[in-house]
Amino acid sequence: MKTLVFLEDHGGALQKDSLGVLSRAVSLGGEVEAVLIGSGVDGLAADAGRFGAARVHVADHERLGSPLPQPRVDVLAKLVRDGGFDTVVFAATVLSADIAAGLAARLDAGLNWDLTDLVEHDGRLVGKRPALGDSVYVDVGWSSSPRIALIRSGTFEPIESGGSAEVVKVESEFEEFSLAATMLEQAHEDSEGPSIEDADIIVAGGRGLGGPENFALVEELAKALGGAVAATRAVVDAGWYPYSTQVGQTGKTVAPKLYIACGISGAIQHKVGMQGSGLIVAINKDPNAPIFEYADLGVVGDLHEIVPKLTELVRARKAA
Amino acid sequence: MKIAVCAKYVPDAAAHLRLDPETKRLDRSGEGALNQFDVNAVEEALRLKEAGGDGEVVIVSLGPERALEAMRKALAMGADRVVLVSDEGAEGSDLVATSRILAAALERESPDLVLFGQQASDSDGAVLWAAVADRLRRPLISQVAELSREDGRVRGKRQTEYGYDVIEAPLPAVIAVSDAINEPRYPSLKGIMGAKKKPQETVSLGVLGLEAGAVGEAGSATQVYALGDPPPRGETRKIEDDGTAANAILEFLLEKRVI
Amino acid sequence: MKPSDYPPPFDPSEFVALPADPEIEVGILIVGAGPAGLACAIRLGQLLEDAPEIAERLGDVPVAVLEKGKQPGSHLLSGAVVNPVSLRTLFKGRFRAEDMPFFGRVEHEAVYYLTAKRAMRIPAPPTMHNSGNFVASLSQLGRWLAEQAEEGGATILPETAASKLLVADGRVRGVQTGDRGRGRDGEELSNFEPGSDVVAQVTVLAEGTQGHLTGVALDRFGLEGESPQVWALGVKEVWRVPKPLDRVIHTMGWPLRGGKRYREFGGSFIYPMGDMVTLGMVVGLDYTDVELSVHDLLQELKTHPFVRKMLDGGERVAWGAKTIPEGGFLSLPKRLHAPGLLICGDGAGLVNVPALKGIHYAVESGRLAAEAAFASLQLGETPTRSGALAGYDESLEKSFVWEDLKRVRNMRPAFGRGFWLGGAVASAATATRGKVPPGDASLEPDADQELISTDRAASYPTADGKLTFDKLSSVFLSGNKTRDDAPNHIRLRTDVPPEVAKLWENLCPARVYEVVEGGVEVTASNCVQCGAITAKGGRLTPPEGGSGPEYTLT
Repeated sequence: MKTLVFLEDHGGALQKDSLGVLSRAVSLGGEVEAVLIGSGVDGLAADAGRFGAARVHVADHERLGSPLPQPRVDVLAKLVRDGGFDTVVFAATVLSADIAAGLAARLDAGLNWDLTDLVEHDGRLVGKRPALGDSVYVDVGWSSSPRIALIRSGTFEPIESGGSAEVVKVESEFEEFSLAATMLEQAHEDSEGPSIEDADIIVAGGRGLGGPENFALVEELAKALGGAVAATRAVVDAGWYPYSTQVGQTGKTVAPKLYIACGISGAIQHKVGMQGSGLIVAINKDPNAPIFEYADLGVVGDLHEIVPKLTELVRARKAA
Repeated sequence: MKIAVCAKYVPDAAAHLRLDPETKRLDRSGEGALNQFDVNAVEEALRLKEAGGDGEVVIVSLGPERALEAMRKALAMGADRVVLVSDEGAEGSDLVATSRILAAALERESPDLVLFGQQASDSDGAVLWAAVADRLRRPLISQVAELSREDGRVRGKRQTEYGYDVIEAPLPAVIAVSDAINEPRYPSLKGIMGAKKKPQETVSLGVLGLEAGAVGEAGSATQVYALGDPPPRGETRKIEDDGTAANAILEFLLEKRVI
Repeated sequence: MKPSDYPPPFDPSEFVALPADPEIEVGILIVGAGPAGLACAIRLGQLLEDAPEIAERLGDVPVAVLEKGKQPGSHLLSGAVVNPVSLRTLFKGRFRAEDMPFFGRVEHEAVYYLTAKRAMRIPAPPTMHNSGNFVASLSQLGRWLAEQAEEGGATILPETAASKLLVADGRVRGVQTGDRGRGRDGEELSNFEPGSDVVAQVTVLAEGTQGHLTGVALDRFGLEGESPQVWALGVKEVWRVPKPLDRVIHTMGWPLRGGKRYREFGGSFIYPMGDMVTLGMVVGLDYTDVELSVHDLLQELKTHPFVRKMLDGGERVAWGAKTIPEGGFLSLPKRLHAPGLLICGDGAGLVNVPALKGIHYAVESGRLAAEAAFASLQLGETPTRSGALAGYDESLEKSFVWEDLKRVRNMRPAFGRGFWLGGAVASAATATRGKVPPGDASLEPDADQELISTDRAASYPTADGKLTFDKLSSVFLSGNKTRDDAPNHIRLRTDVPPEVAKLWENLCPARVYEVVEGGVEVTASNCVQCGAITAKGGRLTPPEGGSGPEYTLT
């Protein structure tokens, strides 16, 4: 097995998810190499070695300065063909998803996406992916080479295996159509905190808060954790919080690593919007609230006391 | 200006979605409808056509014969034509095969702009537009929350994890819109009544010059092995607050390495 | 205290308007794509096929059917065991009953009297014999009928609610469809689409139970019958089960209480549907206990060993609720036609309660309405002549529909006086074919019943998510995705005493009403448009087209 792992960088560092995917590829065995594409990215190559890549291909070109997918497809296609890779793995982001699909078309290669695991089984590479709102899991595979995989964000943890990688420069050749799209303005970090769609941590408030003023408790906890604030349909209906934060059947669907539900009963209309969350913590004073059936940690108690205390503890912990 | 919108016919009534244990694929035998996210793309196409003063909006879809009925919603909103690729040989097509079919159908239309919706409600995360853009050899802008057109160029505000990029591309181009881009119109009664009379064409793979082996299951490069239950969430722990609940939660979060 | 002490802020004349430009013109307009409306559309298609000159008189869209649900079938719900007689007449020479989407003939049937622990087989009342009938999902049947109607040339317009009756010069000219894209306070949202005035030569109202425009029309043209209409609420589920059921079952008794003060008239049905089973609880809305909840009675029913056994190892795949008009013959309007107007089906109240049948009457009335409309378009006649549509009433009165309803007219009111007494009256009425008891019993409006308060709710099972379910997860299963910021379509006094608030909270199968301080809170987007609130103190009006449940198996 000869695997190529796409390493994505942002803000001068390699993305944690990319390194996690690299670690996983290493554990699956065979030859594992990485690729870094951008402008002025040479300095990041060393990290790839620490996480197990035997070799890092670096494509450094000014036309690769903007995070656009199509020029990257050109680079990868040539590299995969020239290097004889049978497997290409990406950690899913808005950018890498476009790259992976473009590459699949270019190479007529199978692409399985939204994978939450990648294993070897009976000599075959098998991916696991959730379907139907995370209520069912499907085992998927590839019937030809190369095999392209898109791994869901937050799936694998980076594991240092302490090595160093050979750095190889890659010449970049581009198709004309790949260079047609140009970036006029690049996004910058939002100082207001993540939106609920992108947040890793969400603190949500429901009717149990008692009144709109108590959303302050939710906001404080979210701020302490570096997360976003969400709301249930009932409180949005009542005008306590804006519709853009509504999670549920008639609102948004989110799947953060951590979802803390404060004063939320957890009826199915809400559940379908957040059941894919990594961890669910629920605080509710009603011991029979449906949410306790699927919360990883359920706390029966008064959120008006527990939430501020938790906020304090989190702040103290982070300061230490 | 000719705008093609790639629309998907998906099983309706989310409450009843199920995977067929035999084929391990989505049971598509029930009622279906126009994918909700593609309605945003149809709306955007109509707005561009209206802003430009003239043009044509064509709906291109791959699906069973009965998909035509669902596509009528787009016609009722104001789209001009539907082209449905319907062929048994296309069944079981994965991303590689589907993009091949759509690209062929789109080349036949030669549109100035191709629009996609954000995702299909039946297989979240599909990135079909990037595959199609590559086959058509056209510039791509995805996750577009705001779109404008001036002369022969389009400009899109692209939503990423970090905020918005602004990207420009010359026509012809491929654009994938996010559901934040617009609030789709309700079809007027006149529109609903007129929909049936608008041209609806069904084409087979042969018409597109595609052979059975290039598409369908034979032309796909991925496969589904088995269905299973989601990994157990782990035991659900339930505690009662005796004054130390906040500490218990913190410990839990540390234990699970979330903070 | 009774609910009618707090009447809803509703005036039917608010929903009558003059037609205004620009109008959409169709030939014959049918409101409601249910069995009555679609039978009408299908029959018209057949008649027009052989009469091109008349078809020409009807213009570009000779037959249009408005449907407020997402598609035909989305708002259709019934048991159902269907008597195929009218479908056979409708499709004579084209389809046999075997070609229609039924779940098989009724081979065996049984009636049981339940107590909390036992199920005792009792002889089936003579009104409840189903040999020769077929089990069906009305939602599925509706979809099939819609396909036939379209093939016959009808134009079906889904997601379109009929909001106002257009009347000019004393004639019904058509309907005004509802607006779409209004916000919670009625404000116009960015995608606001106003309703349209649709005018036609004949308008057929086939809206089903609690028909909105039917109520408006009865008021406008003074057509109300002697007795008020009364209703029952049916809540049902469909289950996929490992062991197929082999018979049609009806039950009486538990969990309903037989005492006179409770006025709990009804029972349950359990029907086989191939590898599925459908079961439902039907209860008259003249009940008095504020703690009665038909949804919860259904959950309770499932815990009875007799019923639980049938569902063992199974999975709930559908849920829904709808009211049934139960007044029968006595509550029929004075006439079912007015200038330019015909009224069919459940909207007219054409239901045989003791036999639990209404679908074949709906189909027959739709078919007769089509013939009357067609006759009014013949050379030498015009639909606008006063009395031109009287032929409809005449043909209905000569049909088996009238004969059936007349025969069983006193049974339902008798049941209002308790199961035991009611049973005796029903037997007498059946044995004498309606001659005994003589005369006509009287009916009181459901909302006029004095309320009592017991602790009935204490015995409702807590939802376990496997056999028993709560209301919210049931609403979810109905496919209801109504947008949260839609305007409230329910006319209701919200500042009511706690008893009335409690009545409504328990009444509604979709948890639209919740007791709060000072009265009741309304979450209109949960509404599955069953109509129960209209019977007990409120008034349902059609919400935005396309909203509400998306039934497929009910």
